[in-house]
Amino acid sequence: MIPGPFEYHRPGSVDEALALLARHGEDGRVIAGGHSLVPMMKLRLAAPAHLIDLRNLAELRGIREADGSLEIGAMTTQHEVIESELLQALCPILRETALMIADPQVRYCGTLGGNVANGDPGNDMPAVMQCLGASYLVRNASGQREIPARDFYEGAYFTALGEDEILTAVRIPRPPEGQGQAYEKMKRKVGDYATAAAAVALSLDGGTCSQAAIALTNLGQTPIFAEAASQALVGSSLDEAAVAEAVRLAREAADPVEDLRGPADFKRHAAGVMVQRAVARARERASA
Amino acid sequence: MSKIPVKMTVNGAAVEELVEPRLLLIHFLREKLGITGPHVGCETSHCGACTVDLDGKSVKSCTVFAVQAEGAQITTIEGMAEADGTLSALQEGFMQEHGLQCGFCTPGMITRAHRLLLENPNPTDEEIRWGLSGNLCRCTGYQNIVKAVRYAADKINAGREAAE
Ligand SMILES: Cc1cc2nc3c(=O)[nH]c(=O)nc-3n(C[C@H](O)[C@H](O)[C@H](O)COP(=O)(O)OP(=O)(O)OC[C@H]3O[C@@H](n4cnc5c(N)ncnc54)[C@H](O)[C@@H]3O)c2cc1C
Ligand code: FES
Ligand code: FES
Repeated sequence: MIPGPFEYHRPGSVDEALALLARHGEDGRVIAGGHSLVPMMKLRLAAPAHLIDLRNLAELRGIREADGSLEIGAMTTQHEVIESELLQALCPILRETALMIADPQVRYCGTLGGNVANGDPGNDMPAVMQCLGASYLVRNASGQREIPARDFYEGAYFTALGEDEILTAVRIPRPPEGQGQAYEKMKRKVGDYATAAAAVALSLDGGTCSQAAIALTNLGQTPIFAEAASQALVGSSLDEAAVAEAVRLAREAADPVEDLRGPADFKRHAAGVMVQRAVARARERASA
Repeated sequence: MSKIPVKMTVNGAAVEELVEPRLLLIHFLREKLGITGPHVGCETSHCGACTVDLDGKSVKSCTVFAVQAEGAQITTIEGMAEADGTLSALQEGFMQEHGLQCGFCTPGMITRAHRLLLENPNPTDEEIRWGLSGNLCRCTGYQNIVKAVRYAADKINAGREAAE
């Protein structure tokens, strides 16, 4: 499996990378960890004439806490997410999710930016970002904009990212003190993409759920922010009836297609089970 | 497509070659350098037979272009034994505990386990299994591979304690 030929560029700054992207238009493609792109190039599902390697761009690295949010550089690897004590303390769902992605070798290479920019509905981080209300900082030669993760995904491999733009960082509002988070992923084996997965974040005020967000992975052409399901939990005591209603609404929001991981009805069923489990675990982890 | 120069250090030796940018690291190692320890198994980033150590990370060399390894320090199974040819603790463990049958997965297993033990010198059996979850073996059923890594960890830790 040999990829098609291409010219290789290794810019030394984001500006240089953006100039290369502007020059090569749709023939140019950035490569981060390469663990989605290289497999696609081997299958000739992608054949960029110009490959622009982001590896030397220090501007795209680092994990910071500033102005009430966490900012994670696009080139931060999944391994670095797992190792980050700051993220574990402030937003533990990121580590939990990263540990469910692929295997150690893939996680040393694969980046957070690549995972969320890729647009494959099987990627796990996009739903987590939707659940957390995160946004993506993107830049082209003429400036920067910020796109909410909930508005970013348009279809399988179609996103709001322009072909002259680079995603520079992910910005996550600092989760409120005491928020409980959980990511539940059903897969056939280690290293597999989700058959169905759900990200849940919720807060409790006394015995009452004061905030909740639910998002789904690999249950449609894009990650799905299950807004109605989320709202079904708010104001409840997370009693059986409220959770059952959230599960029902999440199943309604899911739009899976049949593939080797199973028929659509099965996946829709599994989606509900993942939501139920993730709500239960997020609740255990939340402090009232 | 024109070739470009790439430089890296492989098992301690500096190498420099002209390569097509699309050349995968596994093919660079095997075909340009004659380093055939890392194997081509699945070619689809799943089996881990092609695992090498690259700047302190275990990577599947079938999923990296050689040009992406510019300037890197690479260690393959050929670089695991001591300079005098004595087997490393892991190599010895795989031999003593019968951690291989056909041996096809072994270079990747040992190279990955090497990094695992550097990061976590005293892993539980469960941590060994998760740590090797990117490496498939079609023969052993993994039981003896876990034992082999345990053997190596115990041997390395005993040596460290003796030195203290
Ligand atoms: C065996 C295997 C199993 C896997 N299992 C999972 C899994 O279970 N869950 C999961 O989520 N992922 C999985 N992956 C995918 C893996 O997590 C990828 O690393 C990740 O999806 C992409 O990150 P990357 O850095 O490798 O990006 P690349 O492969 O380098 O890039 C992916 C795409 O995003 C674009 N891109 C990358 N970075 C940027 C940026 N900063 N700005 C703009 N565009 C950018 C590229 O142009 C390309 O189109 C698996 C991969 C393998 C090989
Ligand atoms: S040959 Fe590289 S992972 Fe199988
Ligand atoms: S020993 Fe044969 S594949 Fe592992």
